Amino acid sequence: MLESTANQVAANATSSFTEHLQRDRPELLPYNRSLQAGASPAAPLQVPHATTIVAMAYDGGVLMAGDRRATMGNVIASRHIEKVFPADRYSVLGIAGTAGIAIDLTRLFQVELEHYEKIEGTLLSLEGKANRLGAMIRGNLPLALQGLAVVPLFAGFDTSAGVGRLFSYDVTGGRYEEHEHHTVGSGSVFARGALKKLWRPNLAAAEAIAVAVESLYDAADDDSATGGPDTVRKLWPIVYTVDSSGARRVPENELAAVSRNIIEARTIAGREA
Amino acid sequence: MTQQFYVSPEQLMKDRADFARKGIARGRSVVVISGQDGIALVAENPSPSLHKVGEIYDKIAFAAVGKYNEFESLRQAGVRYADVRGYSYDREDVTARGLASVYAQSLGAVFTAEQKPFEVELAVAEVGPTQAEDHLYRLTFDGSIADEHSFVVMGGQADKVSSVIGQGWRSSLSLAEAVRLAVSGLVPPAEADEQPKTLPPGALEVAVLDRDSEAGRGSRRAFRRLNDAEITALLA
Repeated sequence: MLESTANQVAANATSSFTEHLQRDRPELLPYNRSLQAGASPAAPLQVPHATTIVAMAYDGGVLMAGDRRATMGNVIASRHIEKVFPADRYSVLGIAGTAGIAIDLTRLFQVELEHYEKIEGTLLSLEGKANRLGAMIRGNLPLALQGLAVVPLFAGFDTSAGVGRLFSYDVTGGRYEEHEHHTVGSGSVFARGALKKLWRPNLAAAEAIAVAVESLYDAADDDSATGGPDTVRKLWPIVYTVDSSGARRVPENELAAVSRNIIEARTIAGREA
Repeated sequence: MTQQFYVSPEQLMKDRADFARKGIARGRSVVVISGQDGIALVAENPSPSLHKVGEIYDKIAFAAVGKYNEFESLRQAGVRYADVRGYSYDREDVTARGLASVYAQSLGAVFTAEQKPFEVELAVAEVGPTQAEDHLYRLTFDGSIADEHSFVVMGGQADKVSSVIGQGWRSSLSLAEAVRLAVSGLVPPAEADEQPKTLPPGALEVAVLDRDSEAGRGSRRAFRRLNDAEITALLA
């Protein structure tokens, strides 16, 4: 009797917000909403898709950047969407895939990390955060099989090792540590090609920001689902840097200057590619 | 077979209340003070890891006295309540009033229905845009709830501490002044022929809810725990 009470208490003691929801409010989890059983994969749902995210290491931290476009088939669903979010003080995540589910997963992940911190009184380790994100993506697998996949990119500063680290995922929740740089989303092939030429070890933060914006420019050049910098509406990519002092959103005016420099340089060069 | 004696409901409730009061009176005091820069939560607590003061949500903090296991389970329940609410509605929709009323209901239910009442006293604090908009709720073991505007003192020496703080409190207290006032209340009074006593920073647990955490630290989370060095600097 006594032992079973102790077991019960231990079983109920969770620091995970997702586990708590699974137990008490499963309907609130983004991936517990089941689609109609008969929804055929032959006619995929028309929902907004978020596209290209790039991330890279630089001297003293990691950086993540995303363009501002969401597409729905051949239509631009949003020019303003933000796809890179701070997950907590020392980590950021970017999302590609079904925008609605991805944004909900991001919110869940942010609450998950803050919840752990408040219950335990200490931050989750970077590996721990990366694993929790993997578990959430795995939870979404049934919806991914119906065409509503979400693929994140996760970057953070490992405070115990003192380095920035980068993790990519597949739809089954598989987690892979990446080195130097990585890209996800429809324009990722082109962005990666650009990064291979532009990235070098020990970039300064300002250089890394310019490299990220330029690689997104190249992705937008060749991928219709990726948006380039929009000088008319004054829309620039979203860029976050993470270093030992924490995550920082690069301010608009800095990004505007970087984007204008790239456009100017390319206009002067006047070349086809 | 043992004989069941009749106990009147009045007597039963009185016994339970006395039991809970005795348990709470044994503990050291906790002070929550609202001032110009925010809300200071100060506890006499020699343990650096078993906290009496904790973060619940963006603008909401929790302070407790009494039995650790009981108030810790209430704190965790509060964090879960706030996080579920903020996740399913919006972060703005989590308020100290809602949380305090959930706490009042749970404490009331435990007091009447369980074998033994919780031997705890809680304070729920929410920092607002100005001092006048701060909310402080005090909750007692039987589920009573009181709304305070300036400060809350709980625990063993509550009356004594309260009178010291009542004399020194004003709405324009800075953070350092609020912490100093709280500590002056918590310090045990010196005997006639002794040096005035002091509390070392290691025996204090201090946390604050910053009024302008967005502007000052770029964080919507107003709660900040102070380490020993920061406490020493504030008290100097």
